[in-house]
Amino acid sequence: MILPKGLVSAGDPIDFVLPGHRVFLGCDRPLKLDCGVELSEFPVAYQAYGRLNKDGSNAILVCHALTGDQFMAESHPLTHKEGWWDLMVGPGKPLDTMHYFVLCVNVLGGCMGSAGPSEINPETGEAWGLSFPVITIADMVRAQAMLLDHLGIEKLFAVIGGSMGGMQVLEWAASFPQRVFAAVPIAAAAHHTAQNIAFHEVGRQAIMADPDWCGGEYWRYGKRPHRGLAVARMAAHITYLSEPKLHEKFGRRLQDREGLTYGFDADFQVESYLRHQGISFVERFDANSYLYITRAMDYFDMAARYGGGLANAFVDTPIRFCVISFTSDWLYPTVESRRIVHALNAVAANVSFAEIVSNGGHDAFLLDEPKFHRVLTGFLGGAAQHRGLPKTPTG
Amino acid sequence: MSAAYPKAMRADLQLIADMIEPGSRVLDVGCADGALLDYLVNEKGVDGRGIELGADGVNACVSAGLSVIQGDAETDLFDYPDHAFDYVVLSQTLQAMRAPKSTLEQLLRVGRHAIVSLPNFAHWRLRWHLVVSGRMPVNPTLPYEWYETPNIHLCTIRDFVILCRKMRVTIERSISLDRNGVPRRFGRSLYMVNLFGEQAVFLLRT
Repeated sequence: MILPKGLVSAGDPIDFVLPGHRVFLGCDRPLKLDCGVELSEFPVAYQAYGRLNKDGSNAILVCHALTGDQFMAESHPLTHKEGWWDLMVGPGKPLDTMHYFVLCVNVLGGCMGSAGPSEINPETGEAWGLSFPVITIADMVRAQAMLLDHLGIEKLFAVIGGSMGGMQVLEWAASFPQRVFAAVPIAAAAHHTAQNIAFHEVGRQAIMADPDWCGGEYWRYGKRPHRGLAVARMAAHITYLSEPKLHEKFGRRLQDREGLTYGFDADFQVESYLRHQGISFVERFDANSYLYITRAMDYFDMAARYGGGLANAFVDTPIRFCVISFTSDWLYPTVESRRIVHALNAVAANVSFAEIVSNGGHDAFLLDEPKFHRVLTGFLGGAAQHRGLPKTPTG
Repeated sequence: MSAAYPKAMRADLQLIADMIEPGSRVLDVGCADGALLDYLVNEKGVDGRGIELGADGVNACVSAGLSVIQGDAETDLFDYPDHAFDYVVLSQTLQAMRAPKSTLEQLLRVGRHAIVSLPNFAHWRLRWHLVVSGRMPVNPTLPYEWYETPNIHLCTIRDFVILCRKMRVTIERSISLDRNGVPRRFGRSLYMVNLFGEQAVFLLRT
């Protein structure tokens, strides 16, 4: 598989091979998207860790967040940095690959091998660009369900995800209650608030205001809207942190200089850090994908789809839930998790809920938070016992 | 009984556990570190859930694989549908509630039965302490000084029985515990129970 077009500018080597697995789905029966468009023969890229046991009962699906991808527990093929959930997934870790078969799928609309605006539209032979249909969280989940059909996995032991991954977890629980044994939405919400949408709109406007975006057809001109995407990332990154975390990390400290320069250079460490975040992000992410995926999140409103009552989405659910939030997360604050818990209580669902004390902000789910890891490990252990999974490693 | 169970449970918790039918659905309100829930789930095959206010307790419970939510019973009980559980347990917590009467109503709405344990403020030692020293009693059952106690609605066994009567709540079983945790059924004389019971456990239904 070669690198998707959106990530290739003129002069880049295009024989880069994306590792991992990739299959084409929807060949017999197309995927009907919420917007009405049908996708047939579309690619889905995924990565798998551990071994599936004989009866296929130890599969965990991890759903990644907005800018994540399927390379959660290995060196990233583009950045060569460690996987975004290296701390969580592996032998002896909370998602112990000696016991569980752990899957992560690049979301629909993404840019690491699954169908998205930077992939080729089979009908035209060129990249989709903005002609790619607008997708939703539910569409992402349906595509994942089709992958499980393809892999012959009838029921997941658990579906786990943070942030947008948590939205997919909720969608899984509501749409496929018989295919999920345990569900863990982390730092998530059942809808996007006006504030959430507002921040995303800032990011999208930054991308579209970059002249190199070229009306969404930048690849035609050998360009990429680096500056716009970097600004979008910088603005978003602030929402993933917390004031105490920023204070602890940077305070008002200056960047490699004795005093203020009375100019617009990155005087402060925090500026330098954000610039770095922006620049390193554009190396691995496609600007149009950013537009599509943020849109999918903005459209997410589970209660609205279930007659205005979130609880209606979970009536008679057989799933064991574990809802987790972080005290300093102001993007998807605890009150949003509590809303989910209240809805689950209203249908007397089996639910655990822990608010973890952390100053890591929204991104705390990616950090080394021992209490969080203990809670998740314990919940999975209890669920495994109820599922009757053996205590000995698989394979 | 539970002689084989490795962890020794508080005497009142053991009494509560013995009131619960195996395999039933139980909500433990204020489940602390989950000692009772753990016993019920693992020894009596109960479908057990818990609510706990303190983050440490919640983390301990969930880390042990128990289904517990971090929440405030005085607001969160309202979420549950009617008779979602066979038993709703409230041990040594009613006296710390802002609104004990409405909490009791909620317990009996959410559960077919409620099991409530509470310290008895009319125990003779407390009465004697108050009479002799003229100060609020501090003892193993009520270990806090008045200025830091979470127990804002203390009552006596007699008070609680009268409240149940007023609310038309049926007391199916009532057991008192003396200082050494030895249980005694309520006999004829509420006066004696109210004098010698250090705490009491009630099995209730509407």
